[in-house]
Amino acid sequence: MITLQFIPNREIANLDQDSKIKKLLNIVKEEKIILLEGRLTAEEESSLIAKTMEQINKRFKGIEIATYHREPKNIQIIEKIRKTLTQILLGYEHGMTIIGPASIVREIKKDPNKIELFMKTKKRR
Amino acid sequence: MIIRIKGFIRKLLSKLFKSRKQLKLGLYGPVNSGKSTLANRICKDFLNEEMSTVSKIPHETREIIAKENVVIKSDGKQLTFNLVDTPGIATKVDFEDFLKFKMKAADAKQRAKEATKGVIEAIKWLDNMNCVVIVLDSTKDPYSQVNITIIGNLAARNIPFIIVGNKVDLRKANIKRIEAAFPQYEVIGISAEKGHNMEELYETLFKIVK
Repeated sequence: MITLQFIPNREIANLDQDSKIKKLLNIVKEEKIILLEGRLTAEEESSLIAKTMEQINKRFKGIEIATYHREPKNIQIIEKIRKTLTQILLGYEHGMTIIGPASIVREIKKDPNKIELFMKTKKRR
Repeated sequence: MIIRIKGFIRKLLSKLFKSRKQLKLGLYGPVNSGKSTLANRICKDFLNEEMSTVSKIPHETREIIAKENVVIKSDGKQLTFNLVDTPGIATKVDFEDFLKFKMKAADAKQRAKEATKGVIEAIKWLDNMNCVVIVLDSTKDPYSQVNITIIGNLAARNIPFIIVGNKVDLRKANIKRIEAAFPQYEVIGISAEKGHNMEELYETLFKIVK
């Protein structure tokens, strides 16, 4: 059975970077796939990768991650300022991030219009 | 925000001390994209020697390898770099993947352990770089999150970088796909192994560190 866990942005927006990463990794290590509203910052993503590497062991092989986000074209300056302020205060609330354990998710393929999850299949004896 | 401020201060300091300090040129990218092959190509071109070992087995480079005083010359100009070859960045490491290459289980486990440390080191070293060449495999899907994370981190830190699509000599190579994935950046197609289009890479390097 595959468990998908949706995390709304407000649930992690007020957490500091370490707490945010810890929360996400703990869920993934329970073999659940996270559907996160919004995106992590580049620094948070690299920290997530580093923390993942620290925790790799016999059972936990790492993660698969992909974000979906489309930057609107030709936005006005006022909207740009509003967006930047929102990002500073709340993080990247737009878009979607998928994080899954590598033991379950074989690959996440992404192109500009879709994200595909390829799951690992258990060998039948 | 803090990372942007740190990046700005670093850039300012690097400009102030540029004449005294050598620039660190980092080679970053996903696993098996050809970073070490490119490091060897640069060293062969300007030092007539190699600096890294290369292998088809993933995570061959598991430690930071640096070569000091690499003088890159192009179009009558020259710059002295400390060339830094970094372990490939990955989000997962499974020792069983190495067994496919007929490696013994104990060796595969050891390699996996070292590989995880290498990824952490590569990420830590990002802050030390003055400029970076992001090496992508032009036969692979460019939309991987690792590529996006590397680019995002360099942009946030204000570190100048070039994206190269390596392995253009291979039949499956598709530079246009990389260009489509990162339309805001210039992408240079090279073959580090065969030495194709290296001059364009060197010229671009001079432009970004001016």
